Amino acid sequence: MTDAAYDALVVGAGHNGLACAAYLARSGRKVLVLEAGEQPGGLAATREFADGFRVSAAAHLLNMLSPELVKDLALERHGLAYAARNLKTVVLPGDGRQLVIDGDRLAGASASDQAAFAEFQRRMRRYAKVLNRFCARPFPRLTERRGRDNWLLAKLAWDVRTLGKADMRELLRIGAINIHDVVEEKFENPLLKAALSMDAVLGSHMGPRSPNTVYAYLHRHLNDAGAGSALVKGGMGALGAAFAAAAEASGAAIRYRQRVTRIDLADCRAAGVTLADGSAIAAPLVVSNADLKSTFRLVGPLNLDAGFVRRVHNFRARGVTAKLHLALDGLPEFPGLDPTDAGSRLLAAATMDGIEGAFNHAKYGECSPEPIMEISIPTVHDDSLAPPGKHVLSAVAQYAPYTLKAGWPAGREAFMRSCLGRLEAISPGIGERVIAAELLTPPDFEARFGVRGGHWHHGEIALDQALFTRPVPGANHYATPVPGLYLCGASTHPGGGLLGLAGRNSAKAILSGEDAS
Amino acid sequence: MTPHDDQMLLDTPFASRVQAACELREWESWKGYASPIAYEDVELEYFAVRNATGVFDLTPMTKYRISGPDAAAFLNRLLTRDVGRIRPGRVGYTVWCNDAGMVLDDGTLFHLSPGDYRLCAQERCLDWLLTSALGLDVTIADETAEVAALAVQGPTSCATLRAMGLDGLEALRPFGLRHYPFDGGELMVSRTGFTGDLGYEVWVAPAHAEALWDALFAAGRDHLIRPMGNAALELARIEAGFIQAGVDFVPAEQVVRHGRARSPFELGLDWLVDFDKGHFSGRSALLKERAQGSRFRFVRLDVEGNKPAAESFILNKRGKTVGHATSAAWCPSAKRNVALASLEMPWGRPEDELYAEIYFSRELRWTRVEARCRIIDGPIWDPPRRRQTPAPDY
Repeated sequence: MTDAAYDALVVGAGHNGLACAAYLARSGRKVLVLEAGEQPGGLAATREFADGFRVSAAAHLLNMLSPELVKDLALERHGLAYAARNLKTVVLPGDGRQLVIDGDRLAGASASDQAAFAEFQRRMRRYAKVLNRFCARPFPRLTERRGRDNWLLAKLAWDVRTLGKADMRELLRIGAINIHDVVEEKFENPLLKAALSMDAVLGSHMGPRSPNTVYAYLHRHLNDAGAGSALVKGGMGALGAAFAAAAEASGAAIRYRQRVTRIDLADCRAAGVTLADGSAIAAPLVVSNADLKSTFRLVGPLNLDAGFVRRVHNFRARGVTAKLHLALDGLPEFPGLDPTDAGSRLLAAATMDGIEGAFNHAKYGECSPEPIMEISIPTVHDDSLAPPGKHVLSAVAQYAPYTLKAGWPAGREAFMRSCLGRLEAISPGIGERVIAAELLTPPDFEARFGVRGGHWHHGEIALDQALFTRPVPGANHYATPVPGLYLCGASTHPGGGLLGLAGRNSAKAILSGEDAS
Repeated sequence: MTPHDDQMLLDTPFASRVQAACELREWESWKGYASPIAYEDVELEYFAVRNATGVFDLTPMTKYRISGPDAAAFLNRLLTRDVGRIRPGRVGYTVWCNDAGMVLDDGTLFHLSPGDYRLCAQERCLDWLLTSALGLDVTIADETAEVAALAVQGPTSCATLRAMGLDGLEALRPFGLRHYPFDGGELMVSRTGFTGDLGYEVWVAPAHAEALWDALFAAGRDHLIRPMGNAALELARIEAGFIQAGVDFVPAEQVVRHGRARSPFELGLDWLVDFDKGHFSGRSALLKERAQGSRFRFVRLDVEGNKPAAESFILNKRGKTVGHATSAAWCPSAKRNVALASLEMPWGRPEDELYAEIYFSRELRWTRVEARCRIIDGPIWDPPRRRQTPAPDY
């Protein structure tokens, strides 16, 4: 066991895997990261989808990355730069109306909505701050009654209590309910309500009326104090590269085109991995950046207790998010939109009912005929992504369920048409500007990035799969039932969204000797 | 599964014969089937098992057929025993546990032919079997209603079955299987049972059930054959020291209250747990238990006097409750007043002075005794014929 060349193997060079590798390497461990793909970052990737046109392959706006982590890993020194920060959000229903959200300011809404929005933002920021404190570290254990856990839980209770009577009551009231009911009682403007609902449902198999979408909203706004909605210079792949550089600077080695096909066990303990070419690498510690289901497929059900396999099987990770990429021969026009706002975060949605209606189709295995979209034209701020004078449009589009009744080869064309139809409504004539188009569906994300179910967050961000229950009991403290095997990906607390905290928390748990409960 | 739409209690394929023989008409539900408590007289039925042949309809026993490429691997991960050691044509007694190492049920695994198994269980456990099959290429079918079975138990059981035409049966070793042509179909015999005596279980398709009953009773007339109900079987199994799910332990899936389930170690089944065979459900928890110690000890007690210690508290010499009896009976052949009991650790050591608190009524007067208990080390009823091959002729 001890003659292994490495102390730890990290399966997957996603940003969490790299963060984990960096912290493990800093502690003096010899760490090797094994990545199946050709570049670091996992879903934080930049992709050339047409000659000379590049775009962030999955998430295209960075709004959650922990500022603490940026500083700690010196990501800016390792190449992370922003092409734009604190982007405005513009809601475009496609009928000439619009609403602009710029920080706490609204343009296009009533004075009472403006006041209510400022109050809403204040509260949400306070709640996110409390939540953030518990995302920046492994969640304390509830049942073992260890001193430091009791201390942290007491602090959580204290943080909630010291919100003050009004804010605490409001948190307890709305914490587990749906975003629809909350914004419906606070605001008048349908575009504002739609925009806030979208923040709660993007990336999730949920609609505005789904329970605990308020929690999903809070999760998305964990790090609002950071760069706001930001565009990474060079696309999201540059973020992956910065994490890789940070990991290597800490002493970790990274190998690409190394697909792990099995996590090897010896005497029921993790002992290394086997690669696609049949070669094996031994190490006493294996840390998986892969999602929960993929990780335990690599272990094999026969090496796990059946009840645990059932929990992994039941972990909700059905992707509904597709990604539309367009290469455009010029900047599209959006009637009513100030041309200087074309580089903003554009939301194609009109009402909460419209979003709920779009979600209804996903429940029954169909794509939404009227998808909702979060659109970004990064080339407004970053000319490195397209040839001169040309632009790329990147849109996160929902709902496109992983399991499609009609099957994906047929569904792809239809969903692409639905997305282009919706775009045409908010930007008439855009269709004629399209040089090349690409739609990445949940099965594509599964195939390209190895995420089972194609879920960007590796699994739903919902209260039953969050905090001390993420991803599932038995693997909720980064340690797993297999001694020596740890998780560090978005499946673990605090989850996905390009936070980077899961990787750091995992390293902390490993270094403090956590085992599965 | 057979639907219960038409009748509350289902009939087994032997129902016409069982109903005709059941003079007392005392029935109870066994997993939804009408099952006789006693046919004529519990004592006579019990003594038939010990001195002649008792026949018990065990069709309601839950039976799962398990096959497919991963069947052996599936079973090895499900059960605490090394399934690789149960060769084709052999049967093994086993338990299975949940992740926490708590016993879900006990039963017997029949290795019918290479890669084809039947798991006989007291409880229904299809959900757990399907859970255990996630990610594996294995087929699981509930064949409880598709297989009719009779237990033929007692010293003259072998002679009876041979008289029925099962030539060479005496050569069958304990926990072995044999197939015979019967009534135009096939009959399977296993040398297994729940009485701790020489005995067999006979398995046929339901269409041949009545023919089997008739042939068996015709062949056994001179061997003093007699049908037996649940009460006589209960007496025989306590005398044999066998535990029963739902009586001596609560199956872990049915436990509601924290701490009421039991591990194999806590049921005295250490010998069924094989840590060297690779992973199985509950292994990690059981390793931990082995290292840290169990909470309970399961013991067989010889209770002074002749009053069964049913549902009795077990006390230490200071009168403190240290456990309770789960099953108890005066055992006529062993001539001992036996109780099976679950005791809190560390009680149940050879030097412990233990008492059973027994309440009994004689003509409406209740009496309480504290009867001294001695731990029985080794079997209670274990006649040599149980193991002898060839099986002795009586």
